[in-house]
Amino acid sequence: MTIADDPATTLPGYKWVGTRPIRPDGFDKVTGRARFGADLTLAGMLEGAVLRSPHAHARIVSIDTTKALALPGVKAIVTGADFPEPAGNPTDQDMCRNAMAREKVLYEGHVVAAVAATSKRIARKALDAIEVQYEVLPHVMTVDEAMAPGAVLLHDGMITKGMDPAPTEPSNVASRVVYQRGELDKGFADADVIVERTFTTKPVHQGYIEPHAAVADTTPDGRSTVWCSSQGHFAMRAYSAKVLGWDPSRLKVIPAEIGGGFGGKTTIYLEPLAVRLSQKAGRPVRMVMDRDEVFMATGPASASKVTIKMGANKAGEITAAELWMAYEAGAYPGSAIGAGSMTALAPYNIPHFIIEGFDVVVNKPRVYSYRAPGAPQSAFAVESVVDELAHKLGIDPIDFRLQNAVEEGMQAPYGPKYQKIGFKETLEAIKHHPHYSAPLGPNQGRGVAAGFWFNAGMNSSAVVHINEDGNATVVTGSPDIGGSRASMALMAAEELGIDYNRVRPVVADTEQVGFNDVTGGSRVTLATGAAVVDACRKVIADLRARAAKTWDVPVEQVEWVDGQAQHVDGSQPPLSLAAIAKGWARTGGPISAAATLNARGVGAGFSTQLVDVEVDPETGHTSVVRYTTAQDAGRAIHPSYVEGQLQGGVVQGIGWALNEEYIYNADGKMDNPSFLDYRIPVASDLPMIDAVIVEVPNPGHPYGVRGVGEVGIVPPLAAVANAVAAATHRRFTDLPLSPPRVLDGILNGTEES
Amino acid sequence: MVRVFFSAGLRNLTGGAANIEVEAGTVKRLLAELDARYPGMAERLSEGTAVAINGEIINDALYEPIPDGAEVHFLEALKGG
Repeated sequence: MTIADDPATTLPGYKWVGTRPIRPDGFDKVTGRARFGADLTLAGMLEGAVLRSPHAHARIVSIDTTKALALPGVKAIVTGADFPEPAGNPTDQDMCRNAMAREKVLYEGHVVAAVAATSKRIARKALDAIEVQYEVLPHVMTVDEAMAPGAVLLHDGMITKGMDPAPTEPSNVASRVVYQRGELDKGFADADVIVERTFTTKPVHQGYIEPHAAVADTTPDGRSTVWCSSQGHFAMRAYSAKVLGWDPSRLKVIPAEIGGGFGGKTTIYLEPLAVRLSQKAGRPVRMVMDRDEVFMATGPASASKVTIKMGANKAGEITAAELWMAYEAGAYPGSAIGAGSMTALAPYNIPHFIIEGFDVVVNKPRVYSYRAPGAPQSAFAVESVVDELAHKLGIDPIDFRLQNAVEEGMQAPYGPKYQKIGFKETLEAIKHHPHYSAPLGPNQGRGVAAGFWFNAGMNSSAVVHINEDGNATVVTGSPDIGGSRASMALMAAEELGIDYNRVRPVVADTEQVGFNDVTGGSRVTLATGAAVVDACRKVIADLRARAAKTWDVPVEQVEWVDGQAQHVDGSQPPLSLAAIAKGWARTGGPISAAATLNARGVGAGFSTQLVDVEVDPETGHTSVVRYTTAQDAGRAIHPSYVEGQLQGGVVQGIGWALNEEYIYNADGKMDNPSFLDYRIPVASDLPMIDAVIVEVPNPGHPYGVRGVGEVGIVPPLAAVANAVAAATHRRFTDLPLSPPRVLDGILNGTEES
Repeated sequence: MVRVFFSAGLRNLTGGAANIEVEAGTVKRLLAELDARYPGMAERLSEGTAVAINGEIINDALYEPIPDGAEVHFLEALKGG
């Protein structure tokens, strides 16, 4: 019996959706055959290397590449002079300057030049021979420093957006956002208990195991083919084209397999450099980052500072909340302060609040997306204070959340009313899980936290071909970073009524399928999945028409059932998909259909998490001893890969909570750019994460799908901190909760009841 | 008629109005109407803004139809990870 035939794992009404077959890319990945970004080798290929700024902030006075170019084996060098003046909107221009510095370097690791040579060793030697004169400038490394009066400015003309009236002087604050409801004074007057604290987090990296890598082959006709590992090769094409000043269609981008991205591979770093080097050298060029480059020069999540004041009455109702939030953007504007502000109070129905957020530039790498960008930082503050309020009121923390939880029809703090959501269902799932009532051991504490994420739709394309043997090929342009090939194949199998193993999902390059936005925003199963479903339904309509032609009956008399055409009155023997495919030449030619969409029907996601920790009172070391997460998936197309997403988000959140941080020295240089010194959790650090899939189907998707990739990382920061507070009777407000910090709190902090 | 809600960050353009009723069958017509009433509003909403119609958040919504009686909010366009 296959898994799909097992009634215990088969959803009512579905044969394939909700089952757990082996992923189509699984064999290649576990046997080492899968080709990742750095695996491609072309004849005559050169190796590239990047010269990066050693300074956190400096003016580039001059760059002399003469000696480097004279080295035997060096074939090309590019600097800012090899790229056009940045154009487009301000964000595009910033991206161009981040890819290759022009007048100034704004962080340690900022690209100054790149070399292509016959070996990596020669390329690195050439980097040493490039002479760069810098005028070193003072740097600002935190939001406090950057927002202080008289702070050194990164961008001379930057006027804060969102201020009324607009400032007349530039600053390091790129923008301000405000969300507001009700009358704050009244809300706090109604409160019986008020908690006010300030929380901070440090920059953390997505920690994908595969470094960025790209190969470019630029040909004399002015076109280039790029192989790279990314979350979206169409985005790589578009962004690289902006940096190069090209039309996107001059670039063909072929997706390699991707060894982790988590949001960090939704932008370009090496790709345009490789294209230009290849163009100058007339040979293919491969570029691969080292781990220290990944840390220093790609985009981590923002460090944050959040001051929060929240009040509740004795009945357990949250009456008011006031948040002041500042997120580090890194060298260029664009932190996720907007999303952080919008998500901060999203789980709760609070009558009076104000959220004020600031996007602040500092001399660090430009931050980039990381799973539910912006949400974990603000949730750390909110969920810590919610926990403390519940404790002070003597109310169970889940009951407190249930009492204040949002539900369908309530107005979200960012404006619109919620559609169908499953927040309360996740709270109930945790409340009734055996974990919640299990006894705790000595020095152990239990924490709960919740989180919200919007999820996304965006643009997708899909093509479904029926092969002459009746099997199907499903072509999309969405890189598979979490099992989406399997999900696409499952939905296609369900639609067409054929065996999952007869569907071959393919991730095609930018010239073989229509545009697809990045694999990000937890959107692929929803949006690209909807495109696949649309294409399958077009194919089925065609199959019915061909059966009608074969039988010489009106198409209305033909149904598609269990993978075959059936006449409504049973007067004709059924025609299988394979039979129709075999005779396609007589019924109209090959069978294929395409679908494109800008997806609608996005369903928001909620997660509630429960963790037990044990804190060593002598060392301050925190061990996670048990973890349970409950998340509304809408519908789990492939439950194993949904569970993997839930578990992965939790693990990364635990790292954020306990270990991970960029450590900078007084010169603005990162002291820990390696996995030895930047400690992400590994399997031996953690217990099995118990993933509970809650299914409140999203009415906006044919199978009820919500995104599942992101919201899982929102609650762990606070869940772990709440558990540590329970274990130590001390409230910690600064992450990470590394042993020295926790030990200091135990020895010198104030014990709370 | 549709009811349009303005976040706190937009209310400096609306004279403090938190919401208004407007006759508009599409987002494009709505933006034109808002800009006529509140000069500068269309520019403010031209980039990096999503529209929520009856709770559904839509990027690139310029030609989106708005049903009669709908609630419309303007939001910052979001990036996912």
